Amino acid sequence: MSILAILEQRAGAWHRMSWETLAAAQQLGAELQQPVRAAVVGDEVSALAAELSAKQLERVYAVEHQLLTNYTPDGYTAALEQLIAAAQPRMVLFPHTYQVRDFAPKLATALERVLVSDVVAHRVEGGEPVFVRQLFQGKINVDVRFVGDPPYFASVQAGAYRADKVAAGSALVDRFVPELTPAAIRTKPLELFRESQRAVDLTAAEIIVSVGRGIKEAENIPIVQKLAEALGAELAASRPICDNGWLPMERQVGSSGQTVSPKLYLAVGISGAIQHLVGMKGSKTIVAINKDAEAPIFEVADYGIVGDLFQVVPALVEELEKAKG
Amino acid sequence: MKIVVCIKQVSSRDSVLRVNAAGTWIQDADLTYEINEPDAYALEEGLQLKEKHGGEVVALCAGPAGAAQTIREALAKGADRALHIEEENLGAYDPLALARLMAAALRAEKPDLVLTGLQSDDLGYGQSGVILAQLLGLPHATIIMQVEKQNGGIRVKRELEDGWFQNVEMPLPALLTIQSGINKLRYATLMGIKKAKTKEVKRLTAAELGVGPAAAIRFERVYLPERSKHTQILEGSPKEASAKLVEKLKFEARVL
Repeated sequence: MSILAILEQRAGAWHRMSWETLAAAQQLGAELQQPVRAAVVGDEVSALAAELSAKQLERVYAVEHQLLTNYTPDGYTAALEQLIAAAQPRMVLFPHTYQVRDFAPKLATALERVLVSDVVAHRVEGGEPVFVRQLFQGKINVDVRFVGDPPYFASVQAGAYRADKVAAGSALVDRFVPELTPAAIRTKPLELFRESQRAVDLTAAEIIVSVGRGIKEAENIPIVQKLAEALGAELAASRPICDNGWLPMERQVGSSGQTVSPKLYLAVGISGAIQHLVGMKGSKTIVAINKDAEAPIFEVADYGIVGDLFQVVPALVEELEKAKG
Repeated sequence: MKIVVCIKQVSSRDSVLRVNAAGTWIQDADLTYEINEPDAYALEEGLQLKEKHGGEVVALCAGPAGAAQTIREALAKGADRALHIEEENLGAYDPLALARLMAAALRAEKPDLVLTGLQSDDLGYGQSGVILAQLLGLPHATIIMQVEKQNGGIRVKRELEDGWFQNVEMPLPALLTIQSGINKLRYATLMGIKKAKTKEVKRLTAAELGVGPAAAIRFERVYLPERSKHTQILEGSPKEASAKLVEKLKFEARVL
């Protein structure tokens, strides 16, 4: 029995969340007194596997096949189903990436198991793990326990565990070659691309004013525009604002947009769904202006004003101008 | 093209949520409900595909009797008919059991394309679509921002992280989970609302579908998250709070 961490790479480069997942697996392994193994999947992953072999692991699986060169849900599911049958883990952990969201529920279903997705923390009680998840866009938490048969499947949210906690050690690498046939892979992945050359590099901004649903309509955007101007800040937004076309997509902060860590981040009318928080919670100072005192954005904010943004923002602009003298 | 869109009713976005006395779920007696937002985009995508290529859009919803409201709205927007898996206690179904319930209803429909939202705003597993695809033996792709019909199949634009995208081709029948923002949502017209009243809503029960509740996971405790950071809430009128904030940013955080 062991804990198996299935890590993510693309074109030979690690996904940054792979290390966070490995840290989570090592922590759980220590607490449950179970050995930890890690797997990396691709066409030729010996260099990545060698890197893993210098971590505190019982074993590293290099899952290799020509049909795994490009990610497909069919290919990954078939390969990992075979790996799990061979390795017999008690628990399987993944980073909660877009790719994992695409195949991990399929893999768990193929093995008649349930994936506990997007875990933010855990504890061990009575020798069994209890995982913490968020409900209602981060407004409520729930402790979840597995009550069925292992293996247990869970995916770990970005930033929930610290990558720098990964312990060094040494491990043997096993090459695992699954049996795959081209006919079993039904989707055809084409090239990766970006929409536009990013004209706006929010990551370079020192101050960001970011606006969310609370702004209500496109006609109100100038209200926060004025605040951005008063602060010499870049204007950014949460996803719904860009979805509606009120600001261009390139100004989106969050998991599908840019990840920023300015010295000052003002979130205006943003409730703080996790997809937004992962893109900005590394900011040095965070200010939240929101009418809902229970909004999750206040969990990451240093300073908060609970109130109507249509009254607060103009008042704040005035005070900023006054302070400038 | 026969399209089934899976929709879920969730509590309204601005609901004030309270945990129930037993700590097992939220107090849901006084909440108002609406369609899960990504599902609204999935429905819109289904309607637009039908307008382009012809066919039928069927809305499938598993939920309590009260979900009839959300189903009516989907019909008013243009879905041709609906299937309502009426079940008051869906909390007893884990994501796999719930997908089995929906798969049983879907098998009888034999759709060319199944659409779901990418995740629900309440439970947020982001799994129903992918589990359904596996149960139904369909190819799938998730977090889709564009759907194009082409010879013998579809070509979709999948959203990846950090502003990256990927096109993926696959044969039909298939299942897609739709990302918010893929299209512009329509409002129901007065005519649509009127017509919805005459459209067919077929009610199905778990017993008829031959699927029972099952839970491989248990909610031990539902609670409000503890603040990990101590937020200084600045009180007073907008003017007073703003003045305090400027003071704090200047002299405490030293970021101005």
